[in-house]
Amino acid sequence: MKTFKYSILAIFVSLVTISCSDDDDNVYMMPTEPDFSGNYSQADQMGRPAVNTVFVSSESKDMFNTTIPSQQATNFQSMFQTNLEALSPAYTNPGDTNALGLDSATFTGLLATDVLNVSLDGTTTFYDGTNVLTGRALADDVITVELLLIFGGEDFTENPTLSNDNVDANDKEFSTSFPYLASPW
Amino acid sequence: MKKMKILLVTSTLALASIILVAADHIDAPAVQGGTSDITDYYAFQGENTDNIVFVANVQGLLSPSATANASFDENTLVEFNIDTNADNIEDLVIQAVARDGEMYFFGPTTPSSTGLNSMIETSATQSKVAISNYGSQPTIQSTNGMMLFAGPRDDPFFMDFAQYSEIIAGNATAFNNPGSDTFAGSNVMSIVVEVPKSLIGGSGTINTWVESKTKQ
Repeated sequence: MKTFKYSILAIFVSLVTISCSDDDDNVYMMPTEPDFSGNYSQADQMGRPAVNTVFVSSESKDMFNTTIPSQQATNFQSMFQTNLEALSPAYTNPGDTNALGLDSATFTGLLATDVLNVSLDGTTTFYDGTNVLTGRALADDVITVELLLIFGGEDFTENPTLSNDNVDANDKEFSTSFPYLASPW
Repeated sequence: MKKMKILLVTSTLALASIILVAADHIDAPAVQGGTSDITDYYAFQGENTDNIVFVANVQGLLSPSATANASFDENTLVEFNIDTNADNIEDLVIQAVARDGEMYFFGPTTPSSTGLNSMIETSATQSKVAISNYGSQPTIQSTNGMMLFAGPRDDPFFMDFAQYSEIIAGNATAFNNPGSDTFAGSNVMSIVVEVPKSLIGGSGTINTWVESKTKQ
């Protein structure tokens, strides 16, 4: 009789244990993994600032956005050169270069592949007077740099009224720590 | 007072048209004003100099009144592309996609396919951060050696875009001094991820670009 009681108790305990672990399983399974399935197809892309805005003709902007970077120079360098020379006709003079020593064809060849070059070894900036295209920091005045390279000639002195938009800083200060960008307005 | 009101209406209209012009020139028709529209891309060394920070901004020119209602589109995948061998083909990707109030990150990982079409690399390292709310302190997640943020921020871009457009249109021949920041007072939706350099090539130069991809 005593043995029987123990058996009943054992069965009861195991039943309770089983049902408990079932419950646990159910609780554990409740949060379903989000659905990450499916195919995602290119809509927009960006590497360097203002490239799409300045050098891509309006009728080509969608096509540029859906051309992979490794094919951009082949497909778009001549359009970039045409648009650069229309903006800054001095580039059509033989031997004319910008302050980086790049002539029209070389400069637009660089720009047409719309990727950002980033150094993993130190200073990261679009241009700080010493480092060129080693990244893009939040405070970099990228538009003035691009205007200087488009309009400024060999030593940044040509076309001074076109070479600086005279907006040199953001309207809010950046943070030195993550997430770096300022709080929204 | 009436005159003041009329002036206000007029200047609001003028501002709206400037912003429309700006949006028109910045964006390509297929993405203009949509949730897949990338406004800016940054990559720079972090406060911890062993790290690189990637910033992708989408949905530009958000007014403060529109920012609280702005959200990331769950059908838009934002992909950070990293080329470590100078052929302008991505060797590594970091993918970011929103699900139910959180931004999920996958990678850095070698993508199963390169180019215009992607799958979410669910077998890669997965991290996530709660998407920050407008008006709240930013939620930051530190995980797998990375730091993550997603949510509204001040648009860090600055430029006299309005005057630039006037010059391009042939209506002006010079920038104003001082210029006027067309993007002042506007917000964007930001995705910020800080990654150890050791996970994206270690040393030397990488090429990087960001893509938005829409679920088909």
